[in-house]
Amino acid sequence: MAAASPKPVDAVIVGFGWAGSILAMELTEAGLNVVALERGQNRDTYPDFAYPKVIDELTYAVRGKLFQNLSRETVTIRHAPGDRAVPYRQFGAFNPGDGVGGAGAHWSGVHFRITPDELRLRSHYEERYGKGFIPEGMTVQDHGVTYDELEPFFDKAEKVFGTSGKANNINGKIVGGGNHFEGPRSGEYPLPPLKNVYSAELFAKASTNLGYHPYPLPAANASGPYTNPYGAQMGPCNFCGYCGGFGCYMYSKASPNVNILPALRLKPNFELRANSHVLKVNLDGSGKRATGVTYVDAQGREIEQQADLVILSAFQFHNVRLMLLSGIGKPYDVASGEGTVGKNFAYQNMGTVKAFFGPDVHTNPFIGTGGGGQAIDDFNADNFDHGPLGFVGGSPCWVNQSGVKPIAGLALPEGTPKWGTTWKKAAKDYYAHTLSADSHGSNMSYRDCFLDLDPTYRDIHGQPLLRMTFDWKENDIKMTRYVVGKLTEILKSMSPKQVSVSVKKFGDHFDVRNYQTTHLVGGAIMGADPKTSAVNKFLQSWDVPNVFVIGSSAFPQGTGYNPTGMMAALAYFSAHAIRTDYLKNPGPLVPI
Amino acid sequence: MGAVPAALAAGMAVGGTGAAAEPPAYQPKFFTAEEWAFLRAAVDRLIPPDAEGPGAVEAGVPEFIDRQMDTPYAQGALWYMQGPFYEAPPELGYQMKFTPRDIYRLGIAAADRWVHDNKSGKRFAELDAATQDDLLSRMEGKKIEFPDVPANLFFGMLLENTKEGYFSDPIHGGNKDMGGWKMIGFPGARADFMDWVDQYGKPYPIGPVGISGARG
Repeated sequence: MAAASPKPVDAVIVGFGWAGSILAMELTEAGLNVVALERGQNRDTYPDFAYPKVIDELTYAVRGKLFQNLSRETVTIRHAPGDRAVPYRQFGAFNPGDGVGGAGAHWSGVHFRITPDELRLRSHYEERYGKGFIPEGMTVQDHGVTYDELEPFFDKAEKVFGTSGKANNINGKIVGGGNHFEGPRSGEYPLPPLKNVYSAELFAKASTNLGYHPYPLPAANASGPYTNPYGAQMGPCNFCGYCGGFGCYMYSKASPNVNILPALRLKPNFELRANSHVLKVNLDGSGKRATGVTYVDAQGREIEQQADLVILSAFQFHNVRLMLLSGIGKPYDVASGEGTVGKNFAYQNMGTVKAFFGPDVHTNPFIGTGGGGQAIDDFNADNFDHGPLGFVGGSPCWVNQSGVKPIAGLALPEGTPKWGTTWKKAAKDYYAHTLSADSHGSNMSYRDCFLDLDPTYRDIHGQPLLRMTFDWKENDIKMTRYVVGKLTEILKSMSPKQVSVSVKKFGDHFDVRNYQTTHLVGGAIMGADPKTSAVNKFLQSWDVPNVFVIGSSAFPQGTGYNPTGMMAALAYFSAHAIRTDYLKNPGPLVPI
Repeated sequence: MGAVPAALAAGMAVGGTGAAAEPPAYQPKFFTAEEWAFLRAAVDRLIPPDAEGPGAVEAGVPEFIDRQMDTPYAQGALWYMQGPFYEAPPELGYQMKFTPRDIYRLGIAAADRWVHDNKSGKRFAELDAATQDDLLSRMEGKKIEFPDVPANLFFGMLLENTKEGYFSDPIHGGNKDMGGWKMIGFPGARADFMDWVDQYGKPYPIGPVGISGARG
């Protein structure tokens, strides 16, 4: 059923997580009339995330109250182009968000930048290791933007998020205490690092003894009271242990709801419409200009919202799907390698090592904060010599104890039965005496890992689901096995009773059944060449210049770090270009 | 063992005949009397009562599972349930049309039928513990086939829901007296460790608290 069209606006924003809220703030500051459409429900710290009802592992982390409703829409997945894709029917590997705040309401808070080398990954590897080092079929690319260009926007995002951490390199001067390998920063973090939990302390000591360079994980979980540049206030994190999968009852974890909305809601030129599911971006007859979007509102009415500027800021794969459903850009064709929308879909490449101690070592794993911990970057990015190793990429390694809860988090030594008296004794003996560490690896992009529209399955509105074609490749398994080996040595040096290692084997296929990360990237990648990228360095569509596509969909390959900090910096970088250049002269910001 | 299985009798209080001091036993809303007997017997083998902590029945796991059957989860409303349904590599995840309610209904019937056919006409709840464990192990290890529903699918769901009931907040009906939490040392909804973050190496001294405010 169609309804009367609302008044045209200057800008419409599709999806209200971090990317949408940042763009909404920036564009309303520039004086534009902005409407944001969020398909999920309205959510705020009170009442949605209030204590004690949010401290409920079953309802939130297990049943996924804040996650996307898969019964309405999901993706399909297959391992190779010739296979039949089947739906991702239940949550497993990744948990995209839904509702106001998006995944930014239920994330954990690890807040990284990106390493300068990874922004120009292909050029960097070819310069250091030669043109033949990157294997055939690996389609990694440069981002087309430099670390120096992005630095002010990394800084801005950290100030908005109230990030806790320690700088090591300020404007090229080594001040120490932070990440030995980091790119130069213009200043300190807005807040000092969070305290270490015991497991992180043990990891830092063991890493130091082995000659590595531990540093406090940068965390968008406030180590003290903080007021951000928008006037939004955060309270100090109390290590409650309910971050990933939950909303933060303490106003301590950065989220669009805590850090942006309190200021944004006050602006008369901003309107947020929840329960508004965008079906497509509408184009004019030329196909080169967007006229707005069509969405379904809470009553099921189809509504056309006209706008001069369209911002796609939904979750990574929803951005790509909306481009494909709307005919924005040329869909990627795996046979020819031509086309850009859907190209270079990549992920994160996890390995986990757990140390099980005796009854005298109390790791108290329920104490935690989502972004905090201790990490090493000695095997991340190109911080180590890849020449003799023969793979591209790397992994930061860390103890990031974000609160281990017993339904999903209880881990027991390998070989323990899954039930019965032996299981029960092991659960009692080990739960409070376990230390868990991760190798949070990069995942390269490949010619045959991509996104397109599924020919069979549809969502609740009758539109085709997005189809993922994805599998693990030898390069990435080589990388994770190498780094997990190093991580295992660190944990073994702590003299636990037993160590369990979870690492991919050669030939392992992508397994959707167990949670890995929600760090999906690519599909609408940024770059310097319209033939090989969907958006330019300002995240502007090469094909429809009044559409900007903001998100980790822009990453040409998966990085070792978590994507949110990089995504937020790109959002501010894009918004800055819109405000300073595009609005004065609407059109392509990079000549074709 | 008499004509009425002990587990069945224990779970099905008959009005007016119970001891006055005992609160009325939970009455299942989804499971039939026969299903309830199976459920109580099976979950108490998955988490048996012993010196380490309460068994699943004592912890209220059957009540938890019965109450879960009345949630969107058990109706399959949290899952993408549109067809077609194809067999696919296991790495691509669940691809059957069954909801959790279906899996329990079909799985319990199949298990009890198998016991009936192979164990002299008995039901699962009437078997001794070792024989029950043997069947559960065969279901877990795909060493037995049920006609309507894969035995290991049913087993996996039963085990998952049993642990959920043992370790979730008591407001959901299980984890009675926070027995699951107390066994492993999980403080539940305490959710404030500001003063314990850097008390390195010390055991956390305070017992659990639930969402309702109850203390364990």
